[in-house]
Formats: sequence, C-alpha cells, structure tokens
Amino acid sequence: MHPAIIFRILGILLMVFSIALIPPIFISIIYQDSALGAFISALGITFATGAFFWYPVRNRRQELRTRDGFVVTVLFWLVLALSGSLPLMLADNPGLSFTDAFFESMSGWTTTGATVITGLDDLPQSILFYRQFLQWLGGMGIIVLAVAILPMLGIGGMQLYRAETPGPMKDNKLTPRITETAKTLWYIYLALTIACGLGYWFAGMNLFDAVCHAFSTIAIGGFSTHDASMGHFDSGLIESVAMFFMVISAFNFALHFYAWRYRSIKHYLADAEVKALLIVLGVVACITVFTLINTHSYEADEAVRFGLFELVSIATTTGFATADFSLWPVFLPFLLFFLAFMGGCAGSTGGGLKVIRVLLIYKQGSRELKRLIHPNAVIPIRIGGRPVEDRIVEAVWGFFSVYLMLYLVMTVLLLATGLDFVSAFSAVGACLNNLGPGLGAVAAQYGEITDFAKWVLSFAMLLGRLEIFTLLVLLTPTFWRQ
Amino acid sequence: MKIIILGAGQVGGTLAEHLAIEGNDITVVDTDSDRLKELQNRLDIRTVRGKASFPDVLRLAGGDDADMLVAVTNSDEVNMMACQVAHTVFKTPTKISRIRAQEYTQYKELFGNQAIPIDVFISPEQEVTNYIKRLLQYPGSLEVQAFADNKVMLVGSKAYYGGPLVGQELKFLREHLTSDVDTRVAAIYRRGEAILPQASTVIEVDDEVFFIAAKKDIRTVMAELRRSEAPYKRVIIAGGGNIGARLALALEPHYHVKLIDHNRPRCERLSEKVKSKTIIVNGSATDKELLLEANIENTDVFCALTNDDEVNVMSSMLAKQLGARKVMTLINKAQYVDLVQGQGIDIAISPSQTTLGSLLTHVRRGDVASVHSLRRGAAEAIEAIAHGDKNTSKVVGLRLDQVNLPEGATIGAIVRKSQVLIAHGDVVIESDDHVILFVLDKKRIPEVERLFQVELGFF
Repeated sequence: MHPAIIFRILGILLMVFSIALIPPIFISIIYQDSALGAFISALGITFATGAFFWYPVRNRRQELRTRDGFVVTVLFWLVLALSGSLPLMLADNPGLSFTDAFFESMSGWTTTGATVITGLDDLPQSILFYRQFLQWLGGMGIIVLAVAILPMLGIGGMQLYRAETPGPMKDNKLTPRITETAKTLWYIYLALTIACGLGYWFAGMNLFDAVCHAFSTIAIGGFSTHDASMGHFDSGLIESVAMFFMVISAFNFALHFYAWRYRSIKHYLADAEVKALLIVLGVVACITVFTLINTHSYEADEAVRFGLFELVSIATTTGFATADFSLWPVFLPFLLFFLAFMGGCAGSTGGGLKVIRVLLIYKQGSRELKRLIHPNAVIPIRIGGRPVEDRIVEAVWGFFSVYLMLYLVMTVLLLATGLDFVSAFSAVGACLNNLGPGLGAVAAQYGEITDFAKWVLSFAMLLGRLEIFTLLVLLTPTFWRQ
Repeated sequence: MKIIILGAGQVGGTLAEHLAIEGNDITVVDTDSDRLKELQNRLDIRTVRGKASFPDVLRLAGGDDADMLVAVTNSDEVNMMACQVAHTVFKTPTKISRIRAQEYTQYKELFGNQAIPIDVFISPEQEVTNYIKRLLQYPGSLEVQAFADNKVMLVGSKAYYGGPLVGQELKFLREHLTSDVDTRVAAIYRRGEAILPQASTVIEVDDEVFFIAAKKDIRTVMAELRRSEAPYKRVIIAGGGNIGARLALALEPHYHVKLIDHNRPRCERLSEKVKSKTIIVNGSATDKELLLEANIENTDVFCALTNDDEVNVMSSMLAKQLGARKVMTLINKAQYVDLVQGQGIDIAISPSQTTLGSLLTHVRRGDVASVHSLRRGAAEAIEAIAHGDKNTSKVVGLRLDQVNLPEGATIGAIVRKSQVLIAHGDVVIESDDHVILFVLDKKRIPEVERLFQVELGFF
C-alpha cells in the first residue's frame, strides 16, 4: 500500500474532474436560473479538496500496484459521489438533504437512474443538465476517462482500468497501449452520443432535451428531465430512436471498435453475446406483447409500442419509462425485472450480471448434464467457437455466488426498515443491477424510503457498477494486512 | 512503431519490455496464457493467446498494420512459418526471426523474398557464444562490443590499483600512449552512476571505464587501466547445451577446454564431436570433488552456461572459492544480473540483453548499422551511418565539436571506408562515415536518431 501515491492520483483526478462542473455553470448562465452559485461553490470545494490531497505529496512518484489500483478506484468513485452531491445540496431548488443528495449523485455516476426527486419539470435547467451529465461521465467509466486524458497514469492505468471495466475477461485491450484503448473507447462513446442526440432532435425533442436524453441513453442511465420520463414526449419516433440506441449501447464497445476499424457490421451477429442478447429480447418481446394483448391491457398497437419499449429499457438496465410496467398483469413485471439481472454485454455501459456471465453459467450447467451421460468426456466450454479457460468459468461462479449472498443480505436489511417484500427485493435488484426503477413502493422514485435504506442502496449501486469484487476486496482483512 | 512479438519467453519478454518503454505499440503472442498475464501486468502491451503462425492469430494481434514482426518462439519452424504468413497475407515490411538450428542457417538460398521471407536472423546462442569469445580474447574486460566489421571495439573494464592511469586525469592518457595508438573514453561508471568524461576527469580505483579504440590497440589501452593480465589458456565450461557446446567447439583451436555436463548421453555425443585434447566430464558442476578433479585451481576461466540460473550461480561461486581466476555466469533472469555481478562472480552474461542489441538495430530510425545495449539496457552504443551533404544532414560537413549532440551522448570513433578515426574535436564528418556513439541515457535516443535522419530534400 502506498498512501502517498494514492493521494497524489486521487488529488489530481479530483482537480481534473472539477472541470465537469463547468458545463452546468454555462447552462445556468444561459438559462439564468437559480443554481449558479451552487455550481460555482461546488467547483471551488472540489478543486480545493483535490489540491489539498495532492499538494503535500505532489513530488512522490511510484508505480501503482494492483492493490493501490483497487483503493484508488473505489476511493475515487466514493469521493466523486460525495463531490457530485454538492450542487444538489447547495442549490435552493431541489435543496436535498445530504443522504438524498448522495443517493442521487451515486445513482447518477453509476448510471442507475434511481431518483429521490419528484417535480423534475420544475427544477432549474442547470440541475437537470447536471444529473444527465453525471450519468454520461459515469457511463463509460470515469477511470477510463482519466486513463485517456492523463498519460501520467502509465502502466498503473492498467491496474485502474481493470478494477473498473465490466465483464469477466478484464485483460482485453483494443490497442496495445492502455491510453490509446481508453481514448478509442471514449471516441466511440462520444460518437454514439452525438448520433443519438441528433436522432432525438430530428425526432422532435428540443435541443436541450435531446442532448440530455442522449447522455442518459448511451450511458444506459435512465435519468430524464421530466417526471413522466420518455412518456412525456408521447412520440413513437422518439421511442424508436431510444430503443435503437439503448440496444446499441448494451453491445460490447469492442464490437463498435471493429465496426469502425474494418467498416463492417457482420461481426455483430457473429458475436455470441450479442446473439444471446437479441434472442432473449426477441423471445421475451413476443411473450410480453402476446400477454398484454391477451389480458386486454392495451390495444394491439399500443401493446406493441409500450411492451417493446419497456422491455428494451428494463432489459438493458436503462430504466426509461413510457408506461408503469410494475402495474402490468400477472407475471410481466417480474419477467421484465428479471431480464435486468442479465443486463448488457461485457464491455458495454449496461449493468446487471452481463450477458456473457449468464451465458457461461448456462453452458456450465449444460456441461454438467452432458457429463452425467458421458462421465469421461472432456468438454470445453466455448463462447463463439473459442474455448474459455476453466479459470474464468470458476471466477464467474464465484462472482455469482457473492452476488446472490449480498443480494440476500441487503434485501433483509431493507425488510428491516419496514419495507414490504416486493419493494425491498426490487429496490436492491434495481440498484445492484444499475437499473433504476423497481416494483411496488419504488416503482417511480425512492423518496419515501428511510435514510438507512438509501445508504444501503447507494452501496448496492457502487457494488453493481464496480462489479462487486473491486469494492468487496477492500472490506477483507487480508487486503489490509501488511 | 507497431511491433508484433511472437513468443513470450526470455528474449520476447525482455524485448517487449524495452520496446514498450520506448513508446512502441507492442503486441505479444504466445500459447501460454500465464506468461502473457505476467507480462501484461507489468507492461503496457497487448497480448494475444494462440499459435503464432496461424494467420487468424496474427490478424488478431494486429497483423494488418504492423510495421515489424519479431518471431522468437521456441520453434524454428513456427518462426519461419509466421514470417511466411506475415509476408504473404499481411505484407509486413520487416520480419525478424530467431533460427537456432545451423542446419537451416547454413543454406543461405533458403531465405529471401522468393523463398522463406525473413529479413534478419537472430540466433541468441550464437550471439552469446561470440560475446563470450570476445570477452576471453581480452582478459580483464567486462564488456566487449564490436563495430564496423570488428574494426572498432568498445570495451568496458574495471580500473585497478596499480594501473598507470589510475588516479590521473584523462588528458594524460594520450601522453602515456605511443603516437600510433589512439583511444577515447566514452563513459565512466562510478558506483553505478554514469559520469560523462572530460579531459579533467580523474579515474579512480574501481571505476568501470568504457573506451573505444581500434581492434589492434585494445590490449595496449587496457594495460593503462590495470596491470596487464596473462592471456587466458585454460577454460572450464559447465553445461553442454546449445551455448556450452557451441562455445567449446569455437574455443577448441586456441584454448584448453574442459566441459562438464550431467547428462551422460549428451556427454557421449559431444565427446565424438570435439577434438581429442578437449575433455568432456560427466557429472554435476556443483560437485566440489568433480571440480577439483578437473583442476579448478589452475583454471583461468570458469563459464557456467547451463540453462538453470541457480545452478550457474552456485557452481560459479564454488569455482571461484576453489581458485578459478575468473568466473563468467549465464543468467537468464534479468533481476539476478545486478545481484550477482561483483559478488564473487566476475561477469554475469544475460542472453536476452546480448540479443536485444541486434534487434534494436532494426527498430532504430535512420540508417543504423548496429546497436549494442549496455549496462542492462540503461545505455546504448550505436553505429549510425551519416548520409547526405551539408544542406540535408545535421552532421555531415561538421567538425565533431560543432555537432549538436544531446546531453549524455558522445561520439567515440568514425570509420571511413577501412580507416578508423578516433573522435577528436577537429575531425570532420563526411557522407557514408560510420559514426559510433555512446548514449548514456536511453531517453535521449530519439534525439540521436533525428541527427542522423536525412531531410526530405535528399531524395
């Protein structure tokens, strides 16, 4: 453990990220709203804190070890969530309590999209923009951004990158050098965001809404500038644009990289993860629409429109809403909600367990079945025709079991706060999977639950975003033993 | 530069490390995912697991836009095939390959763009053998590197108490030497720190002095630094593997050689190959009795060349203790080299280090004839060829004291056709001169490269 180097990097990152408060300041000036002072003080506090960490140890240079990578990553997310909550607390409107502001900020950075605020339509434009912008920065990963813009991180960058990147195979780089990889990812991310924003604009949103929603769509976040979320626009065209970009962002960004590099889209369908995701979406879409029509919940055309949109929004862990799916008949709320456990592909901005892990668990299960029939057979697990090392399959099982255990523990904690079972169960699921809306009491927003529950859920969001192990490893005694 | 390295072994790993630190885009391919993981944890490189000669694997590794392919897997055949694939499928401009078997390399017509398209061979075993041979030629030297077809040598040697020049300023060096002998001190290492030599620098006891001189003058110059040593005669080699056997055969004509190997069949095979005065001993090199039996106390040089670092170190220390005059030890793990040299072991030889230079020759921009990596890669000696004229080149037509060299770089000598000119301020560089430079700090190498690049006007 090297505290000096950890603080140095943390300080630099904080100072750099205080720049993220400048765009909302401009918005505030343009719209002449009431939050300008809040943003300026937040900028000052964040920058000063960064300088405070950095100054005493500015000349210490050491290489970052794997351990330091975990500490820096987790601390950085925590500190950013804290500093991100400043404007929400300082501004008169919404003027949140510390707990609420932290929850909202964490929900933004981790692209969960769970909110404690009602009356979004009355908030200052700059605060609305700020919430969307937080999701956008958190979507691709703030560490990835830091690695891209701070060449000083060097090899240490890889340690950080690995602690943050989603999916079971963390060593895959797009290009030989980590800085280049991180830059490439952000270029792709930026390009997708611009395309999505233009799509919304042409589909009829005003410029402000188009930009804001593009941020939270590509980040698979789910924040909106309106209480009614996507339903506010009531436009089939806008919903189609949103669905298209939600699915695109749920794909592995490496695929987008190859598409751009080799000018081809064939490989999308050759990818086992994408195939699995599309098949599942297709099958569940049929079931959803069929059930909605059969139970006379909607007319046929509305059943298709609402059914598909909610399905894509929940399954990719975005959490936009055009209808309240938690009120849908019989098993549909749970069916859609369970899809969020699968979430997006590895290396995407989506949450959940990731398609590849589900795929590996499924294949491991069917391998055991085959072994019952052929006890001596040697059966490798293949993904897309390439065998996967048993080490990775093991790690996925480890991940899955820890995930389940934490899920149970946190559900019990929420039940202890007096929440009913469906709400508690879905609140933990929605936060751990970075989905956003849950069922029951937390279907629309999280304002009503107790402060303790909000802290538990904030922890769940960070667990989900850092894929559990990065955060959990810090809580083990072995990690801190010299 | 985008470089693909095939094989994550000692040579591949060391090369990846040096090239990645210099800012090249490196992708390493190997079948062993543990080795790859270890490298990736340490270095900013990309790794691809798979068989190095498969076109799909090479494509994954970025074959489409690679500038150079370095094939250093264990298998000669895989290396050759990979070069063929790179040439045919990806049109990779430069292909370097390790070929161990002399059975292949002796047929020159096998290689070339019409046959097996390999631009440059490297044979680490051969390089190490040559290196040890050179060290043996100059008793007392720590490093010997040759430039311009062996016309010029760079020699590193320790200054000892009693050497005529020790305790004196460098400017007296020329007064000591007769008029037909000339040399230039390129660098001095004092307690591990590099000193840029000036006329007023005083050589102290235990300094490591690097000097450049024509081949014929080396012994004379070394005699200034230390009491001249008797030439080596009796050599014991431990380990009859690739390097040991080669070295034994190469040394036979001039030295008395004994070779110790623990593998009986191998000993028998070797004993049939060598001349009758060379003695092959079957047994362990860490066996005291065996070493005494081989007359270790009267041995000039003991070379430990097995493929096991620990055995090499232990047997060398034992040999030294038993009275061998000099011990040289082959050490694969780079971390060990600094640890053992000077601690009872006279010279530690790192094969990857020795090979690195010949690979770097092709990575350097500008027309570079040879590169030698020195001091575990911290310093470098470069033989660059000056081209162009006064207008297009930054060096041609200038007196040496006018050349704008980066800090820590010195010009040691110039080879003009067959003539060796030791670098003094009044020498003027002409086109096609081979300029031999010593660069103390690796970070300055790009600046040196730029000096020797011809501006576009030349074409």
